Amino acid sequence: MLKYLIEKEFKQILRNKFLPKVIFVFPVVMLLILPFAANYEIKHINLSVVDNDHSSYSSRLIRKITSSGYFNLTNVSDNYNQAIKSIEAEEADIILQVPKDFEKNLIVEQTSKVMISANAVNGMKGGLGSSYLSNIINDFANEVRGEWITVQGLSSIPIIDIVPQNKFNVHLSYKIFMVPAIMAMLITLITGFLPAMNIVNEKELGTIEQINVSPVKKFTFIISKLIPYWIIGTIVFMFAYIIARLVYDLTPAGHLRSIYVSTAIYMLGISGLGLIISNYSKTIQQAMFVVFFFMMVMILMSGLYTPISSMPMWAQYITYLNPLRYFIETMRSIYLKGSGIIDLRYNLYALIGFALLFNTWAVLSYRKSS
Amino acid sequence: MKVIEVENLVKKFGDFIAVDNISFEVEKGEIFGFLGANGAGKTTAMRMLCGLSKPTSGHGKVAGFDIKSESEKVKANIGYMSQKFSLYHDLKVWENIKLFAGIYGMKKDEIAKQTDELLERLNFESERNTLVSELPLGWKQKLAFSVSIFHNPKIVFLDEPTGGVDPVTRRQFWEMIYEAAYNGITVFVTTHYMDEAEYCNRVSIMVDGRIEALDSPLNLREQYKAKNMDDVFHQIARSAKRSDN
Amino acid sequence: MKQFRSFLQKELYHIFRDVRTIMILLVMPVIQMILFGYAISTEVKNAKIAVYDPSKDIATRRIIEQMDNSKSFDVVEYIVNPNEIEKLFLEGKVKMVMVFGENFNENLLHGNKTQLQLITDATDANFATSISNYASGIIANYQMELMQQNKIPITIQPEIRLLYNPQMKGAYNFVPGVLGLILMLICAMMTSMAIVREKELGTMEVLLVSPMKPLLIIIAKAVPYFLLSCINLATVLFLSYFVLNVPIAGSLFWLIVVSMLFIFLSLSLGLLVSTLVDTQIAAMLISGMVFMMPVMLLSGMMFPIENMPVFLQIISHIIPARWYISAVKDLMIKGLGFSAVVEEISVMLLMIGVILSISLIKFKVRLD
Repeated sequence: MLKYLIEKEFKQILRNKFLPKVIFVFPVVMLLILPFAANYEIKHINLSVVDNDHSSYSSRLIRKITSSGYFNLTNVSDNYNQAIKSIEAEEADIILQVPKDFEKNLIVEQTSKVMISANAVNGMKGGLGSSYLSNIINDFANEVRGEWITVQGLSSIPIIDIVPQNKFNVHLSYKIFMVPAIMAMLITLITGFLPAMNIVNEKELGTIEQINVSPVKKFTFIISKLIPYWIIGTIVFMFAYIIARLVYDLTPAGHLRSIYVSTAIYMLGISGLGLIISNYSKTIQQAMFVVFFFMMVMILMSGLYTPISSMPMWAQYITYLNPLRYFIETMRSIYLKGSGIIDLRYNLYALIGFALLFNTWAVLSYRKSS
Repeated sequence: MKVIEVENLVKKFGDFIAVDNISFEVEKGEIFGFLGANGAGKTTAMRMLCGLSKPTSGHGKVAGFDIKSESEKVKANIGYMSQKFSLYHDLKVWENIKLFAGIYGMKKDEIAKQTDELLERLNFESERNTLVSELPLGWKQKLAFSVSIFHNPKIVFLDEPTGGVDPVTRRQFWEMIYEAAYNGITVFVTTHYMDEAEYCNRVSIMVDGRIEALDSPLNLREQYKAKNMDDVFHQIARSAKRSDN
Repeated sequence: MKQFRSFLQKELYHIFRDVRTIMILLVMPVIQMILFGYAISTEVKNAKIAVYDPSKDIATRRIIEQMDNSKSFDVVEYIVNPNEIEKLFLEGKVKMVMVFGENFNENLLHGNKTQLQLITDATDANFATSISNYASGIIANYQMELMQQNKIPITIQPEIRLLYNPQMKGAYNFVPGVLGLILMLICAMMTSMAIVREKELGTMEVLLVSPMKPLLIIIAKAVPYFLLSCINLATVLFLSYFVLNVPIAGSLFWLIVVSMLFIFLSLSLGLLVSTLVDTQIAAMLISGMVFMMPVMLLSGMMFPIENMPVFLQIISHIIPARWYISAVKDLMIKGLGFSAVVEEISVMLLMIGVILSISLIKFKVRLD
């Protein structure tokens, strides 16, 4: 019985004009674009300079800034009003104003000022840009101070040598951080929400009635819907694995086996969630909305883009209810850190818990008869 | 032999009594017409008989199995076809046959053999590989009916099977129904067309959830002194309180 | 016109009868605003760290204390054996481990250099960079404390002004993005699905044979979504103004004009999709893939466009939401006038023209 139903699902999926293309093009596009797009690294900040001093120190400072690699000098203005125009036109992101008598004050008064004005519409970028700029200015002051101390023969100062060491991701690549998470997202969409849409589609078209009057058990029917997507999910996953390897030179630091175990548990759980949604939806449009809503909240609250530890406590508690959170964490740990099943046992317990909860709920809320 | 036995069957949705204490029996090989205006409760009654809906109270047996406690066994012994659904539009003709035959547990070689026979009998071999979505409506309905009795059920339930079909096709459709009944399949059919009611061995007419009349078309015409079933129906349905929708 | 009105009533009835969908549609922007406004942040707060301190002297104690007291860090583990570091990271218990050298204070005071290792879990590269920067800042502060007696010569004080958004609120950046996303969802995705639904259920044929003009049928389908979009536009602006305290710095009038333009553009996109596909699932996948994903990824809503590789920046030009979001930023946050958004408005008008013509032609062809 099951065999015939699965055969039917595959035929329907493959015969659809869009579905097969989407199922394979989508992961490729996501994997190729998202890691490049999702880049919070602040580089190439466009700088506008207003230098009212035109001294050797001021030009040394500006040279130091532009050679740091963070800033591109895109605008040189005579006054602030002119510079602000360049910000409004998006030519510059940040303005550095060097006042008149900058050099004189530095030598005579031993202290001097500069003004930084950053476009903070994107708060993070504005904040980071201005702190990078002040760091460079500080460095510059240190340099000048060093020269001064040597000249004056003053005593040296205690130094703590800070040695940063980046484990698991030596080159600090943000891309390889995104790739395992994107895989998790793809699995969620393909094995969680597509079968849900499919079931609702049969409901809306009325074809589900014909199955309901047949001796097909509800369990058989549901399984026949899920198995094809589990298979597709696994194929897509392997596909993603190859892309990660070829494009990002990324292979799991941990065992492939751990990935399969946790992915299997997660698939089971997330397709249960999809089934619940399908049980409560009459039309595709309805189901779509609920899915979209869930996806949005789940992704935002999963730590995919922003660290969970940065959230306020109430939001962190919400993330404990989010299966995607555990799965993304698991995938990243196995892929990048090489964590094993034992290290990740609490995450796996949580995923197993979700799988039990969702599937029990799904079976209870599915009604073949009313 | 009785293949459908219904006793005091009731279905309530909240306060609304959709089916109000109906009782009747259907004999093997009979063509039983189930008539009523929209909202009279005939679809609800039929859904209970097919095991799609649990009765609030009362008893029913279909093909010898209790509709409450043995609904899965009931399902294995019936066929069903509705106007709304017929077949999967994105599957080919033979694929639909194979799917449903497989669902009812038929053997692979048996399916292949009977598919050939069926397509030949319907003179439909050229369309074997056509997607159902590309067939004209009449053909879809004929095919749907053939699929619903393909596994040789004891009873086939037809929910307004000829809706929207032209008179010629309807005629052919009823010939297929007669053939099925001749082969021992009991036919339980709801319809809007009163001329179709004349083709039935017996008809029941539902009004406001109750069966108001149940007899052969001939007896009903005599009893209500009507010249045709249409007239009978209108005399009975006049008392209806629940209107269309 | 009378026909049109009754048809429109049917469409409104269709949508507003479905309480759950309406609830989600109305609540979704609110939840998005709350999540973006309060939950999502890249700030470093209470990052869990572990400490390995073989010296246990005044200096190490003081540094640990300052770390723990800062808002950025929580010291959660004191380890006694460096071998434990690996395990802590593998289980994901801490984000950073501070490893002090031996005889830390002595080395420091006697003029020698002393070592302090900051080992970060760099799976999240950005976060690792941020926390090690913050930690270095705290350590540098301690160094300053030590030098307090000595007068430090030569300082340059940068005076920092953050334009437009002095409190560096994330809201300034995401409010325009949420607007773009919601309007896209409702207008493009929902409209296309609503039209395709009629096709899939076969009711479109019935409508097309009715005396109604096909174009009017389509317009009637779009009107409810247009209304919903207006409600959502109002909700988002209301919440951002009164709850998140994002001022509307520029002209409200032009903000609304631009939004209407974008709604119109999204509706035409929805119409275009509906002429291309036959099933709701296909409409959903296409809108999801071609509209929603790019809006989230490439419109500058979540990730700054200027950080992307050039080819993605070029692609971002054809995404309608990019232009809308940029115009909203100019008008709403920067308080610029109409002259600043002429480019955006012209691009959007051009897009509407092209998309609408293609979909109307396709729609006609389908009828013939």
